[in-house]
Amino acid sequence: MTLRELRPGERGTIRGYALQNPPERLVEMGMLPGVIVEVLRLAPLGDPMDLRLHGYRLSIRLKEAGLILVEKLT
Amino acid sequence: MPASSSGLRIALAGNPNVGKTTVFNLLTGLHQRVANYPGVTVERKSGPLSGHEAAEVIDLPGTYSLSPKSVDEQIAYDMLAGRLEGERTPDVVVCIVDAANLERNLYMATQVMDLGLPLIVALNMVDSAEQAGLNIDASALAKALGVPVIPMVAARREGLDALREAILNPPPPPEAWRWPLIDAVATPARDLVARLERECPELSEQQCFMEVLHALANDAALAQWETLAPEFHAAVHALRAKLAERNVSFRHAEIMGRYQWLSSILAPVIQRHKDPSERTLTDRIDALLTHRVAGPVIFILLLALIFQAVFSWAVPAMDLVEAGMASLGRLARAILPAGALADLMVDGVITGVGNVVVFLPQILLLFFFLGLMEDTGYMARTAFIMDRVMKKVGLSGGSVLPLLSSFACAIPGIMAARTLDNQRDRLITIMVAPLMSCSARLPIYTLFIAAFIPSGLLLGFIGIQGFAMFTMYLMGTVMAFVAAWALKRFIFKGTESYFVMELPPYRMPKLNQVFWRMIQRSKIFAVRAGRIIFSLSVVLWFLANYPKAGPDPALEQLRAEIEVQREPAYATAAATDGIHAADRAYEASMQQLADRQRTHQIRNSFIGILGRTLEPVMRPLGFDWKISAGIVTAFAAREVIISTLGIIYSVGDADETSVALRDQLKADRYPDGRPVYTPLVAVSLLVFFVFALQCMSTLAIARRETNSWLWPAVMWCYMTALAYLFSLIVYQGGLALGFA
Repeated sequence: MTLRELRPGERGTIRGYALQNPPERLVEMGMLPGVIVEVLRLAPLGDPMDLRLHGYRLSIRLKEAGLILVEKLT
Repeated sequence: MPASSSGLRIALAGNPNVGKTTVFNLLTGLHQRVANYPGVTVERKSGPLSGHEAAEVIDLPGTYSLSPKSVDEQIAYDMLAGRLEGERTPDVVVCIVDAANLERNLYMATQVMDLGLPLIVALNMVDSAEQAGLNIDASALAKALGVPVIPMVAARREGLDALREAILNPPPPPEAWRWPLIDAVATPARDLVARLERECPELSEQQCFMEVLHALANDAALAQWETLAPEFHAAVHALRAKLAERNVSFRHAEIMGRYQWLSSILAPVIQRHKDPSERTLTDRIDALLTHRVAGPVIFILLLALIFQAVFSWAVPAMDLVEAGMASLGRLARAILPAGALADLMVDGVITGVGNVVVFLPQILLLFFFLGLMEDTGYMARTAFIMDRVMKKVGLSGGSVLPLLSSFACAIPGIMAARTLDNQRDRLITIMVAPLMSCSARLPIYTLFIAAFIPSGLLLGFIGIQGFAMFTMYLMGTVMAFVAAWALKRFIFKGTESYFVMELPPYRMPKLNQVFWRMIQRSKIFAVRAGRIIFSLSVVLWFLANYPKAGPDPALEQLRAEIEVQREPAYATAAATDGIHAADRAYEASMQQLADRQRTHQIRNSFIGILGRTLEPVMRPLGFDWKISAGIVTAFAAREVIISTLGIIYSVGDADETSVALRDQLKADRYPDGRPVYTPLVAVSLLVFFVFALQCMSTLAIARRETNSWLWPAVMWCYMTALAYLFSLIVYQGGLALGFA
């Protein structure tokens, strides 16, 4: 599944990308395989997402979240 | 302490929101200098290390990476690599990192290490890291990284002495390149380094390494070697092609390599004694401020508060400035001998400077609020809330703030667009910012709405005048969005905008820092804009006063009549009261005469001639020569039209609340008896002012920020075209529909 399918409050481990070359900025900000990401909430209009990873908060659009493959943690 | 700190150059690098400014202020005291890097408008902030006047501390822009994507990153990289004109490579780099978020922060530190520069890591905000349940062993970290690590709480000056000590005794350059390269690259990379060293012997081995990596990852970085080192260029090209064939992204592999190395060395250094997903204070605040319903409501209320402040709280200060400038004018009149010099000084220079200074209270207030929003961390939330809306027109949440600021004044708005990561977004934002109705349009809206829009109620409860005012703001805003969409659709095609933004923890703002930045930014505004308005008002004054009109026979006759009537008035005045009344009547007549004399002058001045020349072009919009002249002068600054109309209609000191000017406008007739101003003409004029770019300062700032005259020229042309077109539609359409 992809990161955009996670609901607020759910967590997942990044497993890879749906695209050969995801945006460089995403990768530089630490969106890397093996990293645990938590979806905190969606913006009031439903997009972008508010995430927590590496102990900090990052917001990205659903479109980019759809490029990141995750494995949901229970 | 070393024998000499003279000439030592210290660069401060680090991610945004890690307290870099605080550390910079601690190191330099308040003796800092803000300038621009040559050719770009990224601020170059520097200052002497306190106690060591010859050592210079340079604050680099806050960036997440040294791999250039934004203007800020390019500057930071060029500065550290010694590529900037007139800038020597720093002797020591202090990388300030947030202790609570080490991996992402040290990612950039590894890039600095690879440049082969002596590095000190300032481990800032160890207190918040501890609160978040992280214990960091600084000496173990220093050993693992191979560079000094100084734990700090910059906000409380903790660790400052240790940092200064380390700066004055810089460590040797760290051993670079200890993170693993992927196998597909490692061997060929060694070969490429050797090749580059041969072709460019002036580069050190470590610099060559960095250049190889950049050339492999970045097209622009590769292109520069085409002439400098053609063999190297060809070899990199070949390796890239081979990697592409095998579907290996070197850039991603490189980033992963750095993160992997970091997580392996950080694991034994950091001890967690709390669940990382525990809710922090910031989380609780965000549950409210970015809440689905409460978030937007609070955002709108905050906007209303800022508007309120800028539009009404600033008024007393603005009145004070105006009064001050007026008395300065009177003082100059009293000192200078009457004549052209006094006229130029008072009507040209002092009035012109006053026109700039009068906006300072609004701009200071605006910058104060913006500074508060930035320093608390709320700014990132406004981008988060609004991104969806901005995406519709091809921008991102980052443009919200520059566009909002433009409601006060397009100049700070355009300057605020610097923070945008994406150059295309930044340009579009700059190009549409002047469409937001700024405070300089307000006096014009006020005058013409009060004079020509009926004061009744719409549907029984909405004031028509207020509704008209709101419509002006709405038209400008809607057009800004339409223009952004059109620019993206037809001019800046290609690159998709994306939104990757950190939401930093909320922090208590430091008022002295907010104040300091407010002053610094306002100073840049006042100096830049001041220079233009200053020289332009001199020119305008000249254009309105020359050539000197000859005596008007009708006015001369009037003067004679007034003098003749004066004697009998005194003769018939029996008592002292009567004499006073006669005096007053005489003075009033003379005042009227002087006013008409000024009208006569301006009609025959360059501006009058220009207005009359332009009249045929402006006629289809419903404007006569006087309005045309007013519009021409208003291209310097919008509000100038009111003083121009004031001069033309001879009502002395006119301002937008002046009843006399309002009545004069209503009473003005064409020779055939039709009124010059009908409500339709007023609406047409209002529409013209909503869209036209009538502000020299905006053009000047746009020139500075885009580093080209092209964009300001395009901006001026498209906005003037919009203004003309929409006024034409309104006036001709109105006539066709039977509104006379």
